Amino acid sequence: MLTFIVRRLVSGIVLLLVVTCGSFFLAHLAIGDPTPGLLGNSAKPAQRQALREKLGLDRPLLVQFWDWFSHAVRGDFGTSWRNFQPISEQIGLRVPVTLSVVLTATLLAALLGLVIGVASGRRPGGILDRCLKFASVVLFALPGFWVSLVLIMWFAIQLRWFPAVGYVSPDESVLGWLRSITLPSIALALSAIVMVAEQLRNGFFEVANQDFVRTLRARGLSTRRITVHVLRNASPAALTVLALTFVGLLGGAIVVELVFNLPGIGTLTQSASQIGDIPILLGLTVVTIVFVVIVNFLLDLVLGWVNPKVRDQ
Amino acid sequence: MTAPNRGPLARFLRKPLGLGALIVLLAVLLLAVFAPLLSPYDPGFVDYTITHAPPSAAHPLGGDSAGRDILSRLLYGAGSTLYGAVAACLTGVLLGVPSGVAAGYLGGRTDRICSWISDGLQSVPGMVVLLIVAAGTGVNFTVIMVTVGVFTAPGYYRIARARAQAVRGEPYIDAAIVAGIGTPRILGTHLLRAVRAPVIIQSALAAGLSMAMQAGLQFIGIGTTEPSWGEMMNDGFRTMLSYPLILLWPSLALGITIAAVAFLGSTLADVVNAYTREGEPRSGTVTVPREPSGTLRHAEQDCALRVRNLRVGYPDGWVVDGVTLDAARGEVLGIVGESGSGKSQTVFSVLDLLPTAARTSADSIRIGGREVLGLASGARQALLGTEIGYVPQEPMTNLDPCYTIGYQLTEPLRAVHGLPKAEARQRARAMLGRVGIPDPDRVLAAYPHQISGGMAQRVLIAGAVAATPGLLIADEPTTALDVTVQAEVLELLRELRAEYGMTLVIVTHDFGVVADICDRVVVMKDGAIVECGDVRDTFRSPADPYTARLIAASLDDTPGRAELDAAVRS
Repeated sequence: MLTFIVRRLVSGIVLLLVVTCGSFFLAHLAIGDPTPGLLGNSAKPAQRQALREKLGLDRPLLVQFWDWFSHAVRGDFGTSWRNFQPISEQIGLRVPVTLSVVLTATLLAALLGLVIGVASGRRPGGILDRCLKFASVVLFALPGFWVSLVLIMWFAIQLRWFPAVGYVSPDESVLGWLRSITLPSIALALSAIVMVAEQLRNGFFEVANQDFVRTLRARGLSTRRITVHVLRNASPAALTVLALTFVGLLGGAIVVELVFNLPGIGTLTQSASQIGDIPILLGLTVVTIVFVVIVNFLLDLVLGWVNPKVRDQ
Repeated sequence: MTAPNRGPLARFLRKPLGLGALIVLLAVLLLAVFAPLLSPYDPGFVDYTITHAPPSAAHPLGGDSAGRDILSRLLYGAGSTLYGAVAACLTGVLLGVPSGVAAGYLGGRTDRICSWISDGLQSVPGMVVLLIVAAGTGVNFTVIMVTVGVFTAPGYYRIARARAQAVRGEPYIDAAIVAGIGTPRILGTHLLRAVRAPVIIQSALAAGLSMAMQAGLQFIGIGTTEPSWGEMMNDGFRTMLSYPLILLWPSLALGITIAAVAFLGSTLADVVNAYTREGEPRSGTVTVPREPSGTLRHAEQDCALRVRNLRVGYPDGWVVDGVTLDAARGEVLGIVGESGSGKSQTVFSVLDLLPTAARTSADSIRIGGREVLGLASGARQALLGTEIGYVPQEPMTNLDPCYTIGYQLTEPLRAVHGLPKAEARQRARAMLGRVGIPDPDRVLAAYPHQISGGMAQRVLIAGAVAATPGLLIADEPTTALDVTVQAEVLELLRELRAEYGMTLVIVTHDFGVVADICDRVVVMKDGAIVECGDVRDTFRSPADPYTARLIAASLDDTPGRAELDAAVRS
């Protein structure tokens, strides 16, 4: 088990390094000269040159990389190119917003996906199963912001149950916080719920037809006990989907945050992208990948606990 | 049942949902291609008098917040939606399929490296990278959609890899290798053909996803040099409260197009899956009902098992057709036949463990002297693990891989027989010792993948016998084992039968096994019994030519061959 944990950890760190370094060069390559974006197109060449020198862009790219990297490993992502605010601080303020929404959505996907998936897997071809199949086809591809718009129109504007936009911190009001993240979380979670449910349903069905289930029945075990066996065997696939779902939700959150006007890291990413504020983009990339690595690692631990074969590999 | 010779295309066209989706997509394609002809106005033409205008004769869908004709922009937007989806899918296919085929076929290092890259790509939120690529201003739409395509590549990669792995073991690939065809040509011809269908289905998914991604990007203001649905939705979103119609049109267009792509994909998948499933041969199905076969040998009160006129059917025919047999207490009955003869179906219907699609009927099934036919399924289930024990054929797939052997042996003892934990463990340990496992404690703590096949079969026998059933049903208990282990397992079964006074019903295709252990034998063919009798008599003078052929076909190295020869000579 220990080798398994160490191996997963190393793999996560390697991924973090590769993606971060890749992003650094990708960003600088894609953007080239960021000064028109930062100063506007009307800026004079001399002004641009001054800004470039101030930002240290006149140095060789590798020197810039090392400068950034050596600070980043200590958690210092520098300052924004636009307002010269410390980036770690800005991200720190916004992370709770995004995590509120994304983790709620992930939780919703895991719980509802489990219930729906198992219920339809036990009766393949039943009404619930057919509904799930239809819903999975429709919701799989419909973009999160599209769903968000529908939800806002209906629940916020027509029924006035939830606020249409904005975020309330749980420090101010827990109920207000819940109300403010309900619609965004649902918008994000819908497609994830059906994805997890579909995966669990297929996994459940597949496992339920395996030889050892018949043998367990022949031993006289109750349906409830056999369901536990089947679920445990079907869970690795569902956990993998959950990990992928979390990655998808982090990306999807960017657009959903914009629609609901939430001050999370998604809105920050978007505004930084529009003006070419590379340090913020890189800081956000690092933070996002750190989340992914942590979630993957936790899921790997669960996976190793659930499936003994994984541990021994 | 559909006719087997109908192709997948014809079958696809018969599905209303799939056909509808195809028509919608073709319509979108036509509208996109002929947008310049169909559009009443230039999509960029600004007429301030129609700002936020409601639908009218001149502007059927009204005007947007910049005073442009919505219908024209919608028609032009279809083009960029489709173009973006094609660009993304092409990128995904070009990156994912060749690497997946190579990884699946070559395995080893190629596989590890490619899979690592693919897993890594899947761990990166594509949106974040897209925003980096799009940062600044000068990036064009195609570059963005190609980047989206990079993130669809892992989906293609996994499918291609799995197919290539499956096809790699097929005989025609071996034949190609033997014929001296080089690896590149095998990869290029045989394997690419094998992945074609799943890749087309995956493309429907990827196209839907990339359309969603594209609209999302345009919605937040990226890649919007041309008129596009995402950008129109953003415009509508900003005036949603006052002019909801502006938001409605592009939302509808996007929703319908993506749903059509998704339904096209799922219908294609259904058709292809049904096609491959129907292509599998089904052996031993008969449609014409026949006379009951087999006889009862023992008096009713002496029988541990007594089955009269048993029939097992599936939607496309009967697989067991009027079988009658019995086994006395303490007797060892062999049920012999080749695969598809209905012998396993017979014992599974006795166990009440047939698949849900199966239907059974019988005049009578008595187990331990008790009629079980009219029993509720719960009462029938209660016989399992108490009255009847079951030893399966394939030891490695009949143990739950997620639990230790100890847990799997003690769980029924505790849950079904109500033993306390310590006692159940003691009993499991004793049973493992009894079936000849030298270090029971290690095996109790082990997981199924950590023990050998022969040991697993001993564990399964221990599990079945631990409940001290009156009737033990063993389905090909030695088939999956090494020859040396086969004889030991048969010996063990013989000993346990004597020790616990069980009735043993052994299903096998091997007359060697019958000669080794059985008292009586029932020979089955095509769902009916062709012969039954004492083992010695049957060997000496088989009544049916089929039995004679089966005896002759028993291999020399099976454990019962010596007994078989002795029986034939005597």
